[in-house]
Amino acid sequence: MIWNEKAEKMPLKELRSLQSKNLISLVNRMYTNVEFYREKMITAGVKPEDIKSIDDIVKLPFISKMDMRDVYPFGLFAVDMKEIEELHMSSGTTGKSVVVGYTNKDLKIWSEVMARALAMGGVTNEYSIQNAYGYGLFTGGLGVHYGAKEIGATIIPISGGNTMKQLSILQDFKPEVLTCTPSYSLYLAESAKEQGIDFSQLNLKVGFFGAEPWSESMRTEIESKLNLKALDIYGLTEIIGPGVACECEYQDMLHIAEDHFYAEIIDPETGKQLPDGEKGELVFTTLTKEGTPVIRYRTRDITFITREPCKCGRTSARMHRLMGRTDDMIIIRGVNVFPSQIEEILLKIEGVEPHYQLIIERKDQLDILEVQVEMSNKLFSDEIKNLSHTEKRIEKDLYAMLNIHTKVTLVEPKTIPRSEGKAKRIIDKRII
Amino acid sequence: MKITQISVFLGNKKGRLATVTKVLAEQNINIRSLCIAETENYGIVRMLVDSTDKAIAILKNNDFVCDKTDILAVEVPDVPGGLNSILEIFDTNNINIEYAYAFVEKKHSNAIMIFKIDELDKAINIAEKNNITLVSADKIITEL
Repeated sequence: MIWNEKAEKMPLKELRSLQSKNLISLVNRMYTNVEFYREKMITAGVKPEDIKSIDDIVKLPFISKMDMRDVYPFGLFAVDMKEIEELHMSSGTTGKSVVVGYTNKDLKIWSEVMARALAMGGVTNEYSIQNAYGYGLFTGGLGVHYGAKEIGATIIPISGGNTMKQLSILQDFKPEVLTCTPSYSLYLAESAKEQGIDFSQLNLKVGFFGAEPWSESMRTEIESKLNLKALDIYGLTEIIGPGVACECEYQDMLHIAEDHFYAEIIDPETGKQLPDGEKGELVFTTLTKEGTPVIRYRTRDITFITREPCKCGRTSARMHRLMGRTDDMIIIRGVNVFPSQIEEILLKIEGVEPHYQLIIERKDQLDILEVQVEMSNKLFSDEIKNLSHTEKRIEKDLYAMLNIHTKVTLVEPKTIPRSEGKAKRIIDKRII
Repeated sequence: MKITQISVFLGNKKGRLATVTKVLAEQNINIRSLCIAETENYGIVRMLVDSTDKAIAILKNNDFVCDKTDILAVEVPDVPGGLNSILEIFDTNNINIEYAYAFVEKKHSNAIMIFKIDELDKAINIAEKNNITLVSADKIITEL
């Protein structure tokens, strides 16, 4: 089902003209109202009047996650705070998050694009949706919520976690739709199996899984274990949240809501725009957003875009499921973690050397982050209980900052490989 | 009557203990006693050697994390209840033992128990009052 025929099946020429009009307006708003971006434009030697069509977007400077953090909390805001109706924050640490604000119109755009996404999986007002994305500052829960409201579907706002309750609601309320991270869906399936719950006796038809990278083989596993159609949904707080792009029933790449979010692929080294079909860094411009709009935001996600027509009839560009990252950010259970954050916390602990390694594994469908820390003379004790106390203390400090549980292991000095230049901090053993 | 023990941090991996004994052997350090406390990921090797400071220097030069700890060595009569009578005295006097291990004297048939005790001076005092035989560092190095 196509939620918005006019927008989703818009001929390319008409789409480009709409995008051009909205880009010109956006650049003017940003130049007038957002100081840090005005400075960026001045440095780049580009004026609002240089932008005459969407093709001129290449003249505009990029925005990076670092730029956004530098202007924390409200430096991204392009409207007066009285226009802002809702605030969200990107996942990650408390200190270095990105704050985004939504005007009434932004919330309508979000509802609209999420409704389009849900409709791609056949969701109607007759369906009920078990929304197991976290509610709160994280955009996942409320994004799905708004889309479901837009469609008029029945929403079960259970939020994340509480697996036993999730399972009893799946059985008792018999929802048609499940929304959560792909790894959590498999965790649910495992727990259900232990309880003797048979997914073929439930009523699930479709699931929207996102907020972390996954793969075709994981899709096969999810579909067979949960007895539903598994769709990949993409979004990020800096752009709007979930709903930026989603797969339709043909599961053949993700349709981008490009009347609102203009997508480019660039060479991450040179910043040059790449043609369709070429793999590079995904860059978004929020053409219509008012509260915290962005121009050429570098997502650091690696993918490619196609304009080949999709069987569903939508004309929008499609992006391939994520193929990697340009930085060393890792996503653990939906939370973005940078090794630098972990380093910062570790180095505040007396006796901890700046030699550590992060090992990520997926056990029982959940991501486990092991932090290996090299033993030092200051940390050492001849008693096991003191050493395990040290491990626990580091785990506690990491949890306080990152909000994820880690397993800290003390290792012998000089056993973590040293490297010249960039240290290899991450060993990702997850098979996804 | 305190004795200095060396403890070394080792990853719980094949061959790691031998790396410790090898560097000590190369410098003619004699290990008088050794025990390992282990967890899933690492172990602590505790040992008494004939030349503690030299051994520490060698280990540090070889990048081992190690430390010195004062412990108590007690001679335990080789009869049923021999150890129990000593532990009862410590217990009655509220002496908490963090860990303990044993080895056997060469010249006599008595066992030597090594005790890690936080309140070491108090324990020495109590041992002396109760006729518990403490073993000196010299004796450990030369006689046993």
